[in-house]
Amino acid sequence: MQDVGLKAKNLSVFYGEKQAVKDISLDFNARQVTALIGPSGCGKSTFLRSLNRMNDLIPGAKITGEVWIGDQNILSPRTDVVLLRQKIGMVWQRPNPFHKSIYENIAFGPRYHGIRDKKKLDEIVEQSLRKAALWEETKDRLHKSALALSGGQQQRLCIARSIAVRPDIILMDEPASALDPVSTAKIEELIAELKQEYCIIIVTHNMHQAARVSDRTAFFLMGELVEFDQTDKMFTNPANQQTSDYISGRFG
Amino acid sequence: MKPRTVDKIATGIIMAVAGFIILLLAGFLSYIIIRGFGHISFDFLTSPPQTFREGGGIGPQLFNSLFLLVLTMIITIPLGLGAGIYMSEYAKPGRLTDFIRLTVEVLSSFPSIVVGLFGLLVFVNVFEFGFSLFSGALALTVFNLPLMVRITEQGLRSVPREQKEASLALGISKWKTITSVMLPMAVPVILTGTILASGRVFGEAAALLFTAGMSSPRLDFTNWNPLDPTSPLNPFRPAETLAVHIWKINSEGVAPDAREIAAGASAVLVMTVLSFNLIARWLGRMVYRKFTSSR
Repeated sequence: MQDVGLKAKNLSVFYGEKQAVKDISLDFNARQVTALIGPSGCGKSTFLRSLNRMNDLIPGAKITGEVWIGDQNILSPRTDVVLLRQKIGMVWQRPNPFHKSIYENIAFGPRYHGIRDKKKLDEIVEQSLRKAALWEETKDRLHKSALALSGGQQQRLCIARSIAVRPDIILMDEPASALDPVSTAKIEELIAELKQEYCIIIVTHNMHQAARVSDRTAFFLMGELVEFDQTDKMFTNPANQQTSDYISGRFG
Repeated sequence: MKPRTVDKIATGIIMAVAGFIILLLAGFLSYIIIRGFGHISFDFLTSPPQTFREGGGIGPQLFNSLFLLVLTMIITIPLGLGAGIYMSEYAKPGRLTDFIRLTVEVLSSFPSIVVGLFGLLVFVNVFEFGFSLFSGALALTVFNLPLMVRITEQGLRSVPREQKEASLALGISKWKTITSVMLPMAVPVILTGTILASGRVFGEAAALLFTAGMSSPRLDFTNWNPLDPTSPLNPFRPAETLAVHIWKINSEGVAPDAREIAAGASAVLVMTVLSFNLIARWLGRMVYRKFTSSR
């Protein structure tokens, strides 16, 4: 596994007239978890969705600035978005498994990317499910519908699905906010496990979660980056008054 | 009046209206089926019609209707799916897209007799397909395409955005996302549309009078060479469908048992459409299950 991180430089996102993300520069390191926190509408999800060009799908959205992975600026029009997205996995707020079997949910990506050998696919499915701590619960019903799983299991399946195509970076948009506390704890454990291999960027509403899982934290407010630092420093001794107010629950 | 009273009255009225509609439908169906059922026999379903004598059947007409349905769907489904996919996934919002949508709406509100005359002018005369199954199928395509396009579009739009994004985020191309993730989820909606379209094909008479024609040449059901003029499979032969046949014998039938034949044929038409609906629904569920492995 190479040391692939991601650098955003002067990134701005506009929805029509409205500027949702204002000139943000941020570095994300490989094998680290970076949390993006801030009140609703602060632009953290929009920022996250720019990193794999998901905002391309939204009519009227415009992105300026640069996002570098290695020596490639992924915002350049010459970037092959399909190839790029294979390198960057994504997990959503609500679990969104495909309406297919558990096996197919995972095999779908790798098969599309050229792996036809049944044995190899079986292997990838098992490995991905193991990494997502879901193998033991699902190995006897791989060919049953993924929709029969619980919400927490579905979310872990979605994580397994995204690591099956071997990304370097995983984006998570409030991955546990629709789950119960037990499932949330499992997802957090999983994140701690996964960061040994991947660069993880997680948007979260839950400050405790940010403190628990992340190495570094960025605080967003009104589309601007207010503060970015080591997580323990941010939560014990923030440099900025607004950060301190938000973290201590005075607003947001 | 008290809100609770109003609520009760409104509920009562709605129930009454619903009951009335169901009663109307049931009455209609049972009238047609009871009146015609006695006349249906194996012989009636398979033998050719008689012009002057008693005992004519509806064999060729029944076959023509089914064959025309298949032909029309072979043309309509790919076009409708293609246009629907374009409208929902590729067309950028703007004047052109709005114009296309308006055109589709207008097309769907055309009276079928006008579509028939258009077919006569264009398919029968200009392209010289003559009175033939093929001309009929093209006219019915004009008629059905808007429905098919709209239904495909609706079906694709009913797929949650997260499903589409999840696939794209795996580095799957847009086309593969549409065919492997979105279309399977849209199958139930699209299938319903296809059933509606098929029902219209089966029951349509006006658009076919001038395109598929009102006569059926002697068919030789042992000849399966589609290029031969007496073969039932030849798409370039004139073909009277069941609905057209009912219209014809009701208005100008001279056989002594014309009324009974019309009644029997109507019952067959209604029952065929009904069973087609049921089979298609069942098939749609099976397909959906197969694609999505849900139970």
